[in-house]
Amino acid sequence: MTNLICITCPIGCALQAELVDGKLSVTGHSCPRGEDFARAELTNPMRTLCSNVRTNNPACPLLPVRTQGEIPKAAMMDVMRLLAGVTVTQPLQCGDVITSLEPICDGNVIATCDFPF
Amino acid sequence: MSIQTNVAVIGGGPAGLAAAIAAAKQGAQVLLIEREARLGGILKQCVHDGFGVLRFGEKLAGPEYAQRFLNELRQTNIQILTQTFVDKIKPHPLGWKINLVTAQGMRQAFAKAVVFATGCRERTARQIGIHGTRPAGVLTAGSAQFFTNILGQLPGRRCVILGSGDIGMIMARRLTLEGAQVQGVYEARGTPSGLPRNVAQCLHDFNIPLHLRKTVTRCFGYPRLEAVEIASVDEHMQPIAGTEERVDCDALILSVGLIPENELLETLRVPIDPVTRGPVCDQYGMVEPGLFCCGNAAHVNDLVDYVSESGEIAGAAAASYTEQPEQQHAQITAGQGIMYAVPQRIALPAQEIPLYFRVKEELGKSRVVIRVGETVLAKKTYLALRPPEMERIMLDLSQTTLQEGDEITVEVQPL
Repeated sequence: MTNLICITCPIGCALQAELVDGKLSVTGHSCPRGEDFARAELTNPMRTLCSNVRTNNPACPLLPVRTQGEIPKAAMMDVMRLLAGVTVTQPLQCGDVITSLEPICDGNVIATCDFPF
Repeated sequence: MSIQTNVAVIGGGPAGLAAAIAAAKQGAQVLLIEREARLGGILKQCVHDGFGVLRFGEKLAGPEYAQRFLNELRQTNIQILTQTFVDKIKPHPLGWKINLVTAQGMRQAFAKAVVFATGCRERTARQIGIHGTRPAGVLTAGSAQFFTNILGQLPGRRCVILGSGDIGMIMARRLTLEGAQVQGVYEARGTPSGLPRNVAQCLHDFNIPLHLRKTVTRCFGYPRLEAVEIASVDEHMQPIAGTEERVDCDALILSVGLIPENELLETLRVPIDPVTRGPVCDQYGMVEPGLFCCGNAAHVNDLVDYVSESGEIAGAAAASYTEQPEQQHAQITAGQGIMYAVPQRIALPAQEIPLYFRVKEELGKSRVVIRVGETVLAKKTYLALRPPEMERIMLDLSQTTLQEGDEITVEVQPL
């Protein structure tokens, strides 16, 4: 039995979860998302990574970004290193793709604010 | 050149944006005043996600949440003044006279109603009695966040975080991701003061130790911080002699609480709730005729979704504000086990209102009861209640006859 805190919403349910022969048993959750979270957490924990990237505009030197969906928790530092090499030079809108996450993992990194501001 | 408007909103963060948009939707002429160059308030630097789960059903980053309101703002004809500071506000035959300090000089605005959406400030090292030298490297979590996320400068390489508020834990993760080493998060209380999910995803995920019942008592180093002294504290949060240890670090980051910023509103001598540190307001955020307060200026929220909600309510009410004969009020009192309840009073007659409260201490399964005299107006059962988590109950008062001076009590009973 593993104790987990569900990070899906601000309630933060305290879960007890166990995975035996692929069968999940969870207690402590108050909605179905808690089960999905527990399953992922016991197999392949996923997180949304938020950070920022450089721009070439001195008036707004950093642009906030995040991964479009969740990425494997273990890949977070590799994605940080990838983002350290990215510089935004073109105007873009909140939600536009900044870079792909290949070859680290599936998915994209998107802007979380219009650029320039 | 002076400005005349129906509603002036002071502060362009989440509360002010929601208030301005809501007032404009009611057809009011709106003036939105922001002291920074950009709208969005603190959300601009909150690059982490988790915003908007209640409002949009998605986990958005802070700037992304703000962007939705900025896009909506573009569809309105709200007059926006950025880099403008409100210096003084006074009653005036037209409503309120507002002195503005702008980049071009002094201006005046006249508004029938004013919404204060001035947010909150962080407590500083001096406010929590950290003594010793005053080296560089001691900063609040919000300042550290500004350096890291807006300026792109790492505030330290080896950081100690004091206080387990949400921003402190979020900065522990952020600094770790950016390559700093976080020595630990120290919390004087016996339980973390932020949300459990932040303990999990910001500290556990990165193996950052959380030390409970410990605090920072002294800073060493000049001109740059070199170390801090950590001591265990007793049940009265006083350091215990003989438990001191020295922890090397070049940054001390404080996440030790937020206080509503109401210096301007206080000049109007309105009553301030000693617990929330915000003004005493009714269900519309109205503090006194024509003066409204919303968001973190009214009381510190933990979710921006609720900040936007209170902004919308105050903005819409300000837009339809007209002078009225003597308004009658019922009072809301924090009873057994309740730290505070907002609003503190209810303008009569009342319909359905959101009531926010925090409990005094951590509780297991318990029931919150809202009553007037012996009549129960609402009750709700919770599996757990914690002081860091603000709770909200929709209170339907449309079927209740309330009179001036009636006292509504919110109390919690462990089950």
